[in-house]
Formats: sequence, C-alpha cells, structure tokens
Amino acid sequence: MTQQAAGQSLLRLSGITKRFNEIAANDGVDFEIVPGEIHALVGENGAGKSTLVKMIYGLLQPDEGEIHWRGQAVAVANPKAARALGVGMVFQHFSLFEALTAAENIAMAMDGKVDLATLAEEAQALAEKFGLPLDANAMVGDLSVGERQRIEIIRCLLQKPALLILDEPTSVLTPQEADRMFETLAQLKQEGTSVLYISHRLDEVRRLCDRATILRGGKVVTQCVPAEESVESLAAMMVGEQVHTAQREGSAIKGERRMQIRNLNYKPLNPFGVSLKNITLDLHAGVVVGIAGVAGNGQSELFECMSGEVLVEPKAILLGDTPVGQLGINARRKLGSAFCPEERNGHAAVGELSLSQNLYLSRQSTDSVLSGAAGVIDLSALSRVTQSVIQEMDVRKTAEDPPAASLSGGNLQKFLMGRELSRNPQLLIINQPTWGVDAMAAAHIRKAIMALAKSGSAVLVISQDLDELFEISDYLAVLHDGHLSNVMPTEQCTFSTIGVLMGGASEDVA
Amino acid sequence: MGIAESILLTIATAATPLLIAAMGELVVERSGVLNLGVEGMMVMGAATGFMAAAVTGSAWIGLLAAIVMGAAFSLLFAVLTQSVATNQVATGLALTLLGLGLSGMIGEHYVGMAGQKLPSLDIPFLSDIPLIGAVLFGQDPLFYASIALTVGTMWFLFKTKTGLTLRAIGDNHGSAHALGVQVQRYRYLAILFGGACAGAAGAHLSLVYTPQWVENMTAGRGWIALALVVFASWRPWRIVAGAYLFGGVTIGQLHAQAIGVPIPSQLLTALPYIATIVVLVLISRNRRLTLLNTPASLGKPFVPDH
Repeated sequence: MTQQAAGQSLLRLSGITKRFNEIAANDGVDFEIVPGEIHALVGENGAGKSTLVKMIYGLLQPDEGEIHWRGQAVAVANPKAARALGVGMVFQHFSLFEALTAAENIAMAMDGKVDLATLAEEAQALAEKFGLPLDANAMVGDLSVGERQRIEIIRCLLQKPALLILDEPTSVLTPQEADRMFETLAQLKQEGTSVLYISHRLDEVRRLCDRATILRGGKVVTQCVPAEESVESLAAMMVGEQVHTAQREGSAIKGERRMQIRNLNYKPLNPFGVSLKNITLDLHAGVVVGIAGVAGNGQSELFECMSGEVLVEPKAILLGDTPVGQLGINARRKLGSAFCPEERNGHAAVGELSLSQNLYLSRQSTDSVLSGAAGVIDLSALSRVTQSVIQEMDVRKTAEDPPAASLSGGNLQKFLMGRELSRNPQLLIINQPTWGVDAMAAAHIRKAIMALAKSGSAVLVISQDLDELFEISDYLAVLHDGHLSNVMPTEQCTFSTIGVLMGGASEDVA
Repeated sequence: MGIAESILLTIATAATPLLIAAMGELVVERSGVLNLGVEGMMVMGAATGFMAAAVTGSAWIGLLAAIVMGAAFSLLFAVLTQSVATNQVATGLALTLLGLGLSGMIGEHYVGMAGQKLPSLDIPFLSDIPLIGAVLFGQDPLFYASIALTVGTMWFLFKTKTGLTLRAIGDNHGSAHALGVQVQRYRYLAILFGGACAGAAGAHLSLVYTPQWVENMTAGRGWIALALVVFASWRPWRIVAGAYLFGGVTIGQLHAQAIGVPIPSQLLTALPYIATIVVLVLISRNRRLTLLNTPASLGKPFVPDH
C-alpha cells in the first residue's frame, strides 16, 4: 500500500468513519484505488459498502477521516463536486426517472446547459463504442432493468470519469447480460479508467477484479487479490464464519395438486407494469417450484394474481378444486394458502407496527384463536404465537415486541417467513425470500422453505437469485416479459439454459 | 358590439382566473407537491388586490399586491411542508381555511365599496375586427398574461433544462436528490410561483370580473382550478380547454337564466361545476394514461438524509 505512494494513487481513503445514531456504519476505513484497476468492495448486506461509496460520491459526509483524490485532500460536498473530480456512479437502486425518456434522463445528470438532440447523438455513439445498445427516445418506464442499467452506465461514461463506481450491477442482469457488461468494464480498464466494483457475488469478483477490499461490520477486514483466493475463502472472510448451504435430499415426491393456473392473462393498471400472458402452472404437494427471471418481467404481477391482491378470471386459478380468481386474499388464506410478498417494509409488514400486530394483520381471518369473543383481540394468545415464531426462526431483536422497521432486513424477513410457516399452510407462495438478507439468515430461510415442502406443502418461490433457486427448487421455470416457460426438473437445467430463457429466447432455442 | 361578441368576451373573462390559478398549481404539482390551498391563496389575492387598489387608487398596484400576497401566503405552506415536512394535504386545507377567514376579516370594511378596474388593452385597429377583434385584441391585461403564462409554462416544462429537472423531481425526488439536485429549493420556488399565480387569479376576480370585494368571492374557483389540474392529467393545453369550458357554461347558464329557461336557477348555477367535472372525467377516464402523466411523487414528503 505505502509503496504505491501519492503520485500513483487515484483515490485514497484514510480513517473514514460515519455514524448513524451512534451506530458506526463505517469505522476507520482505509483503502486505495490506483488508475486503471478494477477494485472490488466486498461485504454482506449491512457491511457498510453503500455508506462508503455514498461518501465518495458526495451524498453523505464522513464524520471523521480524509478523502484524497490524486494525492490531494478533498471534501466532496455533493454529487456535482464528485462528478467535477471525475467520479461517476451507477446506483444499485436505479436513480432513473420512469416518466422521462432515456435522453432526458441522461440530460438530468449533465451539469450545465445541454442540447437534447446532440446529447442523444453522443450517447448513441458512446453506446455503440461499448456495445451497449440504446434507444435514446424510449420512455424509461417501458424499458427492462438491463436496458435501464445501460442508460445509467452510458450517463456516467459521457462525463469521461476517471473512477466509475458500480453498486451491485449484476444483481439485475441475466448471466449473458452480465458477461457483456464485464467486457465493457475490461474495455474501460484498457483505456485507463478505474472501476470500484461493489458486489457480494464472489465468483464475479474473482473473475473480474484486480484487487478486493473486504468489509465486515463497517470495518476493513482484509485486502487481497481475488484471483488468488477461492470463492469459499472469500466467503469466509466476508461472513466471518462458515455458512452452511442447504442441501436438497433426494428427489421430491409429487403429491396432490394444490394450485392450478390455466391461461392466466392479466393487464396491470400501472402503465409501467408487465402484462401476464397465458400463464399455465401447477403446484403440487411436497414440491418446491422456483420461478427465475430478471426483475421487472412480471414477477410482482404474477404474485399479486396468485395471492388475490388483484382479481382475475374466476377459473384462471384453482385452489384445490375451488375457482379463486375472484376471491380476495383472506378467502384464499382460509383455503389453506399463505403468501409472503417482496418489499418487507410497506408491503409484507407495516414498519411502524409491532411484530405481534403485524402477525395479527396477516392471520386475523384464519386463526380464530387470536380473535376472542366479540371481535376483541386475544392479546395473550397473540403474544404466545408471536414469541413462538420468534423462537422458531431465531429472530434477533432489541425489545420484547419491537416495531417491524427496527429489525434488520434479515431478521424481519425471518419473522415474516415464520409468520406464514407456523400456520403449516398447504400452499406457500413467496416472492424474493432472501433479497437483501445476510447470508446466515438466508440459509435459515431456505432451510425452512425446504422443510415445509418436505412436510407435504406445495411451495412456489419467485427469486432473482439463481444460486438460491438451484439450491432449493425441485422444478424451475422462467418468467420473461410476462410469459412463463415450461416447468423443468432442476436436474435438467443449467445456469446457461436458464440464463438464455431469462434473456427471452424461446425454449426451442434453449 | 353584437351579442355573440359580448358572450365570447365574457367567456374569456370567466375562464381567465381559473386558467391562471390552475397553471400555477400545475407547476407546483409537476414538482411533486400537492398544495390544496389554492382557494385560500386566491381569496387572499382577491382581498389584498382590491384593498391595495382602493387605497392607492391604482388597479395595477392592486394586482402587484395580490401577486405578492399570494406568494407570501404560499411561502407559509412551503416552509411548513418542505422545511418542517408537515402533511401536504392537511397543510393545504389549513391554508384554504385560514385564507377564507383572514380575507373576510381584513376585508370587512371594504365590502360593498366601489373599486378600481384594470383597464382593457384595446389594440388599435385590430380590436375593431368584427366578432373576434374585441375578443382577441380588446381584453383585460390578465387575459393576455394567461395566454403568455400557458405558452411560457409549456415551453418551460418541456423545452428547458430547469423544466426537465422540475418534472424529474416530481417523478422521483429520491433519484433527483441522488443526482445532486436541490429538491427542496426547486419545490420552494415552484410553490411560490403557484402562490403568485393564485394571487393574480384572485386579483382578476376583484379587479376585472366584478370590481368589488365580497367575502368568499372566489366561490370555489380555487377548488375547480385544482380539479382542472388533475383531470387535465397535468397537461397545460387541457387546462386551457377545461377553463374555457367552465367559462362557457358559466356564461351560457347566465343567459339561459335571463331568457327564463324552465330549469331551477340553483341547478343552472351549479351547471358550470358539474359540466367541467363531467367532461374532464370523461377525458381522463383512461386510468393507465392518467397514471402515466401523474407526477409519481405527488404529495409525498421528502426529507434528504444527512
């Protein structure tokens, strides 16, 4: 580190500390990026990666420590100042405007006066150079997630940054799209641009990055050359303890049919939503079916149709033999099904309400024991059930019955899963069970899902995480642009066959 | 001047205050802020404008005072909703109630007093063209201002970088903030602009339409302006259509009452409100299209993290 002295370093952080309400998100972080390297910042969710890069990009100010840019101490007051230095950033949760066109979105990030027509031309030229196809006049809301990411990248590259920060860029891409992005990054490196690559996908980091800095609990654990490490050793550094992956035991025994979907068509009200086209799917007892797909290909729409958040043709969905297309969520719950939507805070749970209140919300219609005489809630029964869920799922919390929002993502997700699992539903439908959840909690949740199926329930898991789907599913299908592929036994699938389907190829090609 | 001419003239007069107030609110809502205080700001503008004109003897000073008062009143809303992050709906409603009460109190001594009228701008020769001459070239100054305001708003929103930024903030204030846009500064300015427009619209009522001060003289026009913005799907030209439809039916029903059409006068008086709402609801019945144009962060509070 010290040999690569001031002259050679592009960005050097020393002793960076940032606290939120006494809790240090970053604690004395030191690291350095040299020109023309791809540097990985690796860590679990909550390790402080996002906080750190927000300080580099001027969105947050460090409480302590210094940022040196090309050897000079600098204060990055805001993103504009960061861009003036030569720092560009592509966000994990996109910072695009859905109601504006691609060109307008790019113009938003350019400082000073811009002419939309010339800007669109420049963007198009740059897009061709880096092999990133782009339609400058398309409304962003109509584009796929991969296309949106391209706009973000091009928007950054137009400013010719010396350092490009990418926050979890491949989490929204198919394997093939990710490969193409790696080529773009290699090309940038050739031209002398440095890249700060934030990821928790360790195989990517090994393939792509020259050096890696590993964060855990807001501190730098170590630095290494990822090519010299194995995925397992990187994971151990990142998590700090061994992670046990769940293991499927033998092939599942297909029981009776619990849910049948036939020719489900649905056009969402949201103008940027995805229409479902002719979905056909059966869910059987004892079997986990995984639905893969890039985000924004109809996953939330499919979930809403199955759970009853939106109503469809009565006979499009059968629970057992009952047509439920026109029945609401509670009616479907009473027929033995359970649902766990994505977005923990605000959809699956009400952040301001306590855990027991959240439990009551989802189970008030099915668990008569919770409602005592005359519709008065039986608080002691509720507390008993809540505590048993908390114990069962090993939910770590700060108070007896804290508000849902005060739990970490992983712990809240464990609680929400437990809330549905402890009813022993005949059918469980989950959207993104482990999104943004730390590795230990994710492993716990996956085990619980498989145990439920083994006990004879039908389970459907919608996920963007291919590793996860391969780990827990007995059967796989791919959702692309509202079409569902055939359901295939997991043993017959590979990452590349699923990846091709995620990219929209028809099954004959795959 | 023929009957047709005078009808067209009065339609424009009835439509102008709605157009001005709604165009101001359009800019506010495009920035993602819902200010339900239009009625209150408008009535404050009407009272202040009338009083300032009566005291100074100049309708122009009255107009200026109304604009300043509208903006000042909206500043109260801006401070509360942007800096203190209060609920926009509740704050806007409070602004309307406060405006109605306050204007009645300060204007008490001016009720029934003869007022000043903004002079019409007669453009020589052009205003003598039959039928359309007086309508297009012999109107009050605020009529021309409302046309300029419409064209200017369209140009600003869809042709300038600042307008693009404003629309972007309304679409997603979090993303705009991440790009380094000063969300609150833009919103402050948009709210002030909306307030100034509402003030001017109020002045039109008390200095042009009926040059006098009566308590609650806005008679719900601020609410109609708000409804116009929503049903016009946040598009300027549709606001023009809605405002003139309202003006047309207002004048039409007055003439119908004069002729003695056998319909209860209460129903006729309500007709402009009913007709405007019905037509605009029909226009905007395509919910997908409406959602597409709705500023996605409308009414949501925004507090940047530190």
